[in-house]
Amino acid sequence: MDAAQFLTIFISAVFIWNVILSRFLGLCSFIAISKETKPALAMSLAVMFVTTMSSLITWFIYRFLLIPFNLTYLRTISFILVIATFVQFVEMVIRKISPPMYRFFGIYLPLITVNCAVLGVAVLNSDMFFVNGQPVEGSFWYSLFQGVCVGLGYTLAMLLMSGIRERLELCAVPKSVKDFPLGFIIASIMSLSFLGFNGFRF
Amino acid sequence: MKKYFQEFFKGIIRENPTFVLVLGLCPTLAVSLSVINGIGMGIAATFVLLGSNVIISLIRNIVPDRIRIPCFIVVIATFVTIVEMTMKAYSPVLDRALGIYVPLIVVNCIVLGRAEAYAQKAAVLNSFFDGLGMGIGFTLALILISAIREFLGAGKILGHTLIKGFTPAFMFSMPSGALLVIGLLLGFFNLLKERK
Repeated sequence: MDAAQFLTIFISAVFIWNVILSRFLGLCSFIAISKETKPALAMSLAVMFVTTMSSLITWFIYRFLLIPFNLTYLRTISFILVIATFVQFVEMVIRKISPPMYRFFGIYLPLITVNCAVLGVAVLNSDMFFVNGQPVEGSFWYSLFQGVCVGLGYTLAMLLMSGIRERLELCAVPKSVKDFPLGFIIASIMSLSFLGFNGFRF
Repeated sequence: MKKYFQEFFKGIIRENPTFVLVLGLCPTLAVSLSVINGIGMGIAATFVLLGSNVIISLIRNIVPDRIRIPCFIVVIATFVTIVEMTMKAYSPVLDRALGIYVPLIVVNCIVLGRAEAYAQKAAVLNSFFDGLGMGIGFTLALILISAIREFLGAGKILGHTLIKGFTPAFMFSMPSGALLVIGLLLGFFNLLKERK
């Protein structure tokens, strides 16, 4: 476990392999909720929290349940169930302890269950930081950190996109490309600029 | 019989999951690098859609309304696991090419979307044809996108060179090319709808 590895994970999860612009995870929410900055930020924070927590939980499940009992083929089912339950649980807790926060996050939380980024980061962690069914050294911290970084990458793309789209509201665009098509074309140009990070080597 | 045909054909054009409903885009964009990957993903998703639609329609009267989503997800995840294991066993090359996008069929919005919007209210045979139609619509959309990308990005279709001396634009093999192609296609289909 060394600092350079953390830097590599950070750069690759946020810039080179940005969840949205390079891996296409969480694209539905990205296009649907990026019309204004405030809801986009709320969604991003909620996603970041859930990717971090689900990295943590799924690591324990993979390490202490699925591997010892030779059940790795149940990975998909167990991960998605745990994530769905966790999101539901968080929603209930937030509703109970902080109604204003519930109004802020409330409608976006259930959407996160079917956000590919959350299951994606759990699957990626179990692919990257386990070799032949054994955790690599520092695997737990790498997984947790990757969860945070994927959330950060999501936030970055979301904020950039919502900023651009807020300005686009004032432009006259052809009716046929309004909303979705234009969103994809902008995302394409953003993705092209993120490609520039590809040359980074450590 | 006519009724079933209607259920079947609506998924292919009128309610095409990719171009009209705009659902399940993550795998569509990620695996559309080459036509063969597109077909593989399409078949995998069609199998999951078909299976989950039938099972969900069968259990629709037993599942309590409040916990229906977790129940649906378990059914879907089971079919995805079957696909995963089958693909690993019989086509390791395709499995490597599709990578994490195979387990991610679980969170493909089309599958859960059809369960929510259709299969939980409809009879078994209707759900079967709905799933089949949606799956084939999805596969056709994937083939269209991946054919455009493979031709422009690598100058080939299914590995065969079409035009000699054609210089491919590498950008179409990159993620940004996928986003551009789907954006322009969506705009094009909107334009067609307006003209009608």
